[in-house]
Amino acid sequence: MVATIIEHEHDHNIKGWRRWVFSTNHKDIGSMYLIFAIIAGIIGGIMSLIMRTELAAPGDGILNGDYQMYNVLTTAHGLIMIFFMIMPAMIGGFGNWFVPIMIGAPDMAFPRMNNISFWLLVPAFILLMASPFVQGGAGTGWTIYPPLSSNLGHSGPAVDMAILSLHLAGASSILGAINFITTIFNMRTPEMSLHRMPLFVWSILVTVFLLVLSLPVLAGAITMLLTDRNFGTAFFAPEGGGDPILFQHLFWFFGHPEVYILILPAFGIVSHVVSTFSRKPVFGYLGMAYAMVSIGVVGFVVWAHHMYTVGLDVDTKAYFTAATMVIAVPTGIKIFSWIATMWGGSIRFTTPMLFAIGFIFLFTLGGVTGVVLANAGIDTVLHDTYYVVAHFHYVLSLGAVFALFSGFYYWFGKISGKQYYEWMGKVHFWLMFIGVNLTFFPMHFLGLQGMPRRYADYPDAYAGWNAVITYGSYISGLAVVWFILLLFRTLLFGSKCPDNPWGGEPDTLEWKTSSPPPFHTYDTLPSIGAKDKKADH
Amino acid sequence: MYLKLSNLFSLILTPIIYFIGTNANLVFAEEPKGIAKDWGMNLQTPFTGVARDVVNMHSFVTIIMALITLFVLGLLIWVCYRYSEKNNKKPSKTVHNTLIEILWTAVPVLILLVIAIPSFKLLYKQDVIPEPDLTIKAIGYQWYWGYEYPDNGNFTYEAFMVQSEDELEEDKPYKRMLTTDTKVVVPVNKIIRMQITASDVLHSWAVPAFGVKKDAIPGRLNETWFKPEKTGIFYGMCSELCGVNHQSMPIEIHVVTEKEFNDWVEESKLKYAAKNNLIANKK
Repeated sequence: MVATIIEHEHDHNIKGWRRWVFSTNHKDIGSMYLIFAIIAGIIGGIMSLIMRTELAAPGDGILNGDYQMYNVLTTAHGLIMIFFMIMPAMIGGFGNWFVPIMIGAPDMAFPRMNNISFWLLVPAFILLMASPFVQGGAGTGWTIYPPLSSNLGHSGPAVDMAILSLHLAGASSILGAINFITTIFNMRTPEMSLHRMPLFVWSILVTVFLLVLSLPVLAGAITMLLTDRNFGTAFFAPEGGGDPILFQHLFWFFGHPEVYILILPAFGIVSHVVSTFSRKPVFGYLGMAYAMVSIGVVGFVVWAHHMYTVGLDVDTKAYFTAATMVIAVPTGIKIFSWIATMWGGSIRFTTPMLFAIGFIFLFTLGGVTGVVLANAGIDTVLHDTYYVVAHFHYVLSLGAVFALFSGFYYWFGKISGKQYYEWMGKVHFWLMFIGVNLTFFPMHFLGLQGMPRRYADYPDAYAGWNAVITYGSYISGLAVVWFILLLFRTLLFGSKCPDNPWGGEPDTLEWKTSSPPPFHTYDTLPSIGAKDKKADH
Repeated sequence: MYLKLSNLFSLILTPIIYFIGTNANLVFAEEPKGIAKDWGMNLQTPFTGVARDVVNMHSFVTIIMALITLFVLGLLIWVCYRYSEKNNKKPSKTVHNTLIEILWTAVPVLILLVIAIPSFKLLYKQDVIPEPDLTIKAIGYQWYWGYEYPDNGNFTYEAFMVQSEDELEEDKPYKRMLTTDTKVVVPVNKIIRMQITASDVLHSWAVPAFGVKKDAIPGRLNETWFKPEKTGIFYGMCSELCGVNHQSMPIEIHVVTEKEFNDWVEESKLKYAAKNNLIANKK
């Protein structure tokens, strides 16, 4: 993957390890992000398999009754998948690789800042991975609610390490976000107005705005938690006049936009894939772009739907019910626009397209359970049960991750210069599709029957579906092993990928460069042609 | 690898037994009412008015949502069939249709309105507490619940999970992970106000069959209510991560007739007051 890129160099770039560690090249940094995300994803995935094995049958399983270890695993699994898998892959990986190319920019606006964004992530990950080995680890859940995450619940330094890990990952994301905003606003090729930007660039633009606005709030909250733990403040300690609920408000003011940060780039990727393989431009381009903007805006005013049971005022709950349901409207616009893009098209069912179609259906399923949960009255019963676990894995594990794979197969030839094996990709899709559905669909039943989440053991009535779920998770695990095989086989023996492997008239600039693109993509500004009035209106 | 063969058997046999309906558990009259079913796929059977409304509301929303999902699935299948490369060689260039774009914005809004109105009704019924007949206070500890009956002599006691059937002292059915050594006793058909708080970390007091869940938060006194309509045994579980033994602090409620309740109160006053006085005297 790497060697081929070097051949295109025609200036004195450093070689060897310095090329990567000191890299200021958006493509090299993007590749490092992708490799990092794959490694983190495998680690996070192994954790979930250990949890599923523990839960395969009632009573003590693989963990031998070490419930703290179970809580540490759930915590680490959540944090890793969010901060070290999906975000680095979507924004750091695909964003870095394709935003500059798609807008006709030679690189990111701040190449050195791009480097520090990536390298901050590595110590962040090391801190998080080291925390389980320090005095029992952080078994707080990814939400790190105090007082469980305070000295009262976790007196050792493990939670401090997790907090510092989040600080570093947050700083990394904020720097990356600033970089993207500057790049997208200032470095577009002259003919590319905002309303002519590819939808993936739009999705990254909205995402990074959410990051810049929400991450500082998380940083503030966890800093207060850190001083509560170490310096005797009492922001969240009731015995000192503080309030544990304050933390929840701050956390979810970040946490809710965060879930849109995870899914918006997925929307962008799916738009490109659906359009390419239907051989049609995206239906309702402006509607698609502004649907993402409105999801981003409304995403900031719905946070307390994560807190329906904490004892909010009834009118507050009514407001958050209404605001949350509003989000279904722009999301519906996106779903229907994708289907309308396919309507009248000439559809080819390549691996990326299969993943994109899978995304549309499974994201719809995850979305409608979101509407169920939005109702505060119903959520009273479903809150903190497996129904919620099913819901957010449908939109993330089956939504965002399917989009990641879709983007991966779509762009991997462009990134590496080697085209993947189509049949292996299709096998991967079907293994994954069966595995994750078998894993997450029965979780709805467990949740409805009242099984709370974050339980390492459960009453015997839940045994049946839990066994099914565990088998499902093993199939998903097999799919990941298959994916790794495919990855190495492609890198080692794959055929050369043409500039535009998908045929037809390419919509976006990445298909007009070589595969892989030269070290510096553009020596002169690329032209996307004058505005075509008919296409826009 | 940790699935024992017997589990595998029950995995195959349980659904069969369940569907034939010869589940031996159903025979005894004393079997708990508020409990999950093997292979259950829906909400637990409701035993309060609010819980029944929750179940109805959930069914209503779920049917609408299932129809939407099937509609999207149907569209996808149709599009994949009709406009596949094989069946449609020449793609159209249509990228706009104002009418349909307005429709797919307006129709979801209408559907949401249809959902929102009964949803608000349920929310206000659930959250506005009527004049109570009885108040009970639940206090979450790591990892057990403490209960106080301020209206009935203010006695207090704790409820720990029973670890195995051998340790069960009272004459009642044993359900692993659900049975507690003592129990919450409430009279049937009375409005019970639960006050919920915690003394260390967050907990959550939840009884699915009553449609009740409220977080227990140190420094706050939360309130909720229920009016059980049938006598029997009902279980709940802690529903907010509270540390290592989060799964080991269940809730067991016995709904009894008013007379049985009064007898239990008199007995408990003596039993728990003696214990409380003992503690007080030691101080």
